[in-house]
Amino acid sequence: MATVSFTIFRGNSPDTGGFETYSTETDEGMVVLDAVHKIQAEQANDLSVRWNCKAGKCGSCSAEINGMPRLMCMTRLSDLPLDKPVLLQPMKAFPLIKDLVTNVSWNFDVKKKIKKFKPRPPDNADGTWRIAQEDVDRVQEFRKCIECFLCQDVCHVLREHRMHDEFIGPRFLVYAAALEMHPLDTEDRLPDLKNSEGIGLCNITKCCTGVCPEEIHITDNAIIPLKERVVDRFYDPLHWFLRLFKKS
Amino acid sequence: MNTYDTFDYDVLVIGAGGAGLRAAIEASAHGVRVGLICKSLLGKAHTVMAEGGVAAALSNVDERDNWKVHFTDTMRGGQYLNNWRMAELHAKEAPDRVRELEAWGALFDRTKDGKILQRNFGGHKYPRLAHVGDRTGLEMIRTLQDHGIHQGVSVHMEFTIISLLKSGDRVSGALGYDRERGRFNVFRAKAVVLATGGVGRAYKITSNSWEYTGDGHALAYRAGAELIDMEFLQFHPTGMVWPPSVQGILVTEGVRGEGGILLNKEGRRFMFDDIPDLYRNQTADNEEEGWRYTQGDRNARRPPELLTRDHVARCIVREIKAGRGSPHGGVFLDISWIKEKIPNAAEVIKKKLPSMYHQFKKLADIDITKEPMEVGPTTHYMMGGIRVNADTQMSTVPGLFAAGECAAGLHGANRLGGNSLSDLLVFGKRAGEHAALFAKEHGFETIDDARIKSIVDESLRPFERTGGENPFQVQYDLQDMMQDLVGIVRNEAEMQQAVTELKKLQERAQNVKVVGNREYNGGWHTALDLQNLLAVSEAIALAALQRKESRGAHFREDYPAKDDQNGKFNSVVRISADGQMEIRKDPLPEIREDLKEIIAEMK
Ligand SMILES: Cc1cc2nc3c(=O)[nH]c(=O)nc-3n(C[C@H](O)[C@H](O)[C@H](O)COP(=O)(O)OP(=O)(O)OC[C@H]3O[C@@H](n4cnc5c(N)ncnc54)[C@H](O)[C@@H]3O)c2cc1C
Ligand code: SF4
Ligand code: SF4
Ligand code: FES
Repeated sequence: MATVSFTIFRGNSPDTGGFETYSTETDEGMVVLDAVHKIQAEQANDLSVRWNCKAGKCGSCSAEINGMPRLMCMTRLSDLPLDKPVLLQPMKAFPLIKDLVTNVSWNFDVKKKIKKFKPRPPDNADGTWRIAQEDVDRVQEFRKCIECFLCQDVCHVLREHRMHDEFIGPRFLVYAAALEMHPLDTEDRLPDLKNSEGIGLCNITKCCTGVCPEEIHITDNAIIPLKERVVDRFYDPLHWFLRLFKKS
Repeated sequence: MNTYDTFDYDVLVIGAGGAGLRAAIEASAHGVRVGLICKSLLGKAHTVMAEGGVAAALSNVDERDNWKVHFTDTMRGGQYLNNWRMAELHAKEAPDRVRELEAWGALFDRTKDGKILQRNFGGHKYPRLAHVGDRTGLEMIRTLQDHGIHQGVSVHMEFTIISLLKSGDRVSGALGYDRERGRFNVFRAKAVVLATGGVGRAYKITSNSWEYTGDGHALAYRAGAELIDMEFLQFHPTGMVWPPSVQGILVTEGVRGEGGILLNKEGRRFMFDDIPDLYRNQTADNEEEGWRYTQGDRNARRPPELLTRDHVARCIVREIKAGRGSPHGGVFLDISWIKEKIPNAAEVIKKKLPSMYHQFKKLADIDITKEPMEVGPTTHYMMGGIRVNADTQMSTVPGLFAAGECAAGLHGANRLGGNSLSDLLVFGKRAGEHAALFAKEHGFETIDDARIKSIVDESLRPFERTGGENPFQVQYDLQDMMQDLVGIVRNEAEMQQAVTELKKLQERAQNVKVVGNREYNGGWHTALDLQNLLAVSEAIALAALQRKESRGAHFREDYPAKDDQNGKFNSVVRISADGQMEIRKDPLPEIREDLKEIIAEMK
């Protein structure tokens, strides 16, 4: 098929690194990751790229393709304009390691700080629970998350304002929502969400939802309901009381 | 000399897939200090890709199911080469291991009365696979990961172990490098658990990720442990075949479990043409009965699409070879046809098989609710591996334990779908427990600096070469060679040729060159992984040559029949005193009397 050019960031620091352009032959159906592998194997053996499954399931191959945060293994070349070089950059919200690979360990540290799952006592003597499918369905969407951290990358609170110490980012708001809405969970995470986890810093731009490869409705289904719970609890006791009233 | 940091752990777990995580959690629960190492980021291990489900006789959907039926199914699927004790423990303990996941936060799909739902899968007599749509592995690894990070386990991510360390006969630690900077580290440990997964990257067409370079198999082999059953490599019948760049990516058996059928280009449902005797009583003899089975009719027998993977893969190869394949060299797998049977078929398909829908839509422009998929066999799962004690999971090297895909025994000549995820849980737990017990009875050993230096020097040699070959090219050539010569259909001449080719490839691998520096250098990583791929490939070839019959996943066109006179043995590979690979046959251990009776009862 056609020869396509790729302009790829190379280097281990944003200051000293730069862009290199490679041309390579492409085949029908190829994704960006295939092309990167081909370049790595044929022209730049030491090119750094992180990947595992090549099937959109592990969330390892996140990068910025023509400026858009995407999975390289799920981005087909035929969906990109190929008349000019395809621009490949590492994610901006995290420290660079080398070439297309960033240090995402901050995300793992954040997760550890979120209060863990705490189930109610089992319903049955054999230690099991009865759960309705519809209650499972409500959180399944959040549990689809492959931890690609693309939503973290695009969120301006982290990307531009670098508020990594104050804000856990959309991925972990989804995680908190999955726990808070888990049919068995009894833990209370609202004080942390309001205080140390910075849910108030999200101003609902929905950029995170736009890049999620799992098509999780991050803002509408996870963040806004959590914000409502926080508001109900901490700012509007009357509202909270009325809602309780309406429910019964 | 390179300086290196040293970490001390009572138990060191190498690999953070389902088996490694479960082992680490268990060891930690026994109150010892645990280190967990993985080549990629936490939560990205192969287990994340598992789709269909985890097998356990919970008997939530069909109360006729129990551990005895699961045990018998596993033995039959493995053509009775399985370690019967492992098959027994697995069948008995899997239900508790699955329920335990729920206590840690996993959410499986439910039955109408709120219990864990179970689905049909090839070779399982009753609906047995607990699942979450078609992303069960993600649910499982995330649950273990999120539980594990609160259990005091120290995790070293993007860290590759290149050698085990021994003191006398015993394992005393491991040596590895971090991907980020290429720095070497030594881990001293009182016990080591290998949970490194499989070997699929030795082949060109595979469902496996880059990590599957057989590291654990090779590390254990070099440390003197025995490997068994290496001829038994599972080719999954349904991988994607088109477009070329996605060749090999798995299409879950769940598609067939939900009613998907296999067709050749003439539109014939060819799986009805060849039903093995061992399964005749359990297989539907008409399409209507097969459909009813997939829809939960308890009196119906399974459709032939749900026969064991080895058989389905060979039937597909037969159709393709006979010129009845699909345009891109596969056959058709159709789930869209169920619209003839149920009103809201498209919705059902999207609900039951969301990632398959997504995968074909995105990667192949195919809407599986409307048109058939094209599929063909793909290298998928290694039944063979490190020989372990069934109860403790200790290998033949003291202090070295193994669990999950890198260990062997449970699956015999062929693994049933869903039996791997349960294997990880059952034997991951056992390995963690017994490694902790072993650690409590043993101390740390001093590390031999000279040995460290020689391994480090050896691993850096590719940087010093000026001539040398491109490591990626050697890997590609190995993959092509194994695919062609030691693939699904094997014969003596081709495998002899493979052994010769392997010698040449080993020489070439000794002479690969790496450019750049040690930081996250894909070329260097490939150069090091190559050594493991080559060792594993040699073991596969030697074991496949030795077995002069066809059984389970091992099919020889020169010996196409099963030979119960001469075939009842386990192939054992180990390193000889002079560093060569040697192979022998061990007779199968006698099955315990009560288990024999169970098998006879269920015939
Ligand atoms: C696409 C696909 C679908 C599947 N679906 C199912 C299913 O539905 N049901 C089922 O039962 N089975 C399924 N399987 C099989 C099953 O997923 C695997 O066999 C299983 O997940 C293996 O788990 P593991 O814990 O042994 O290893 P893995 O999950 O592969 O983990 C291996 C770990 O070892 C680490 N590692 C490897 N080498 C080194 C080294 N040198 N140094 C440090 N760390 C190292 C890796 O980084 C990784 O963390 C599927 C397999 C595939 C490929
Ligand atoms: S909606 Fe909130 S979390 Fe998402 S990108 Fe915008 S500010 Fe960030
Ligand atoms: S929520 Fe979506 S974008 Fe964010 S990490 Fe998860 S899968 Fe990725
Ligand atoms: S490599 Fe796994 S998501 Fe891209």
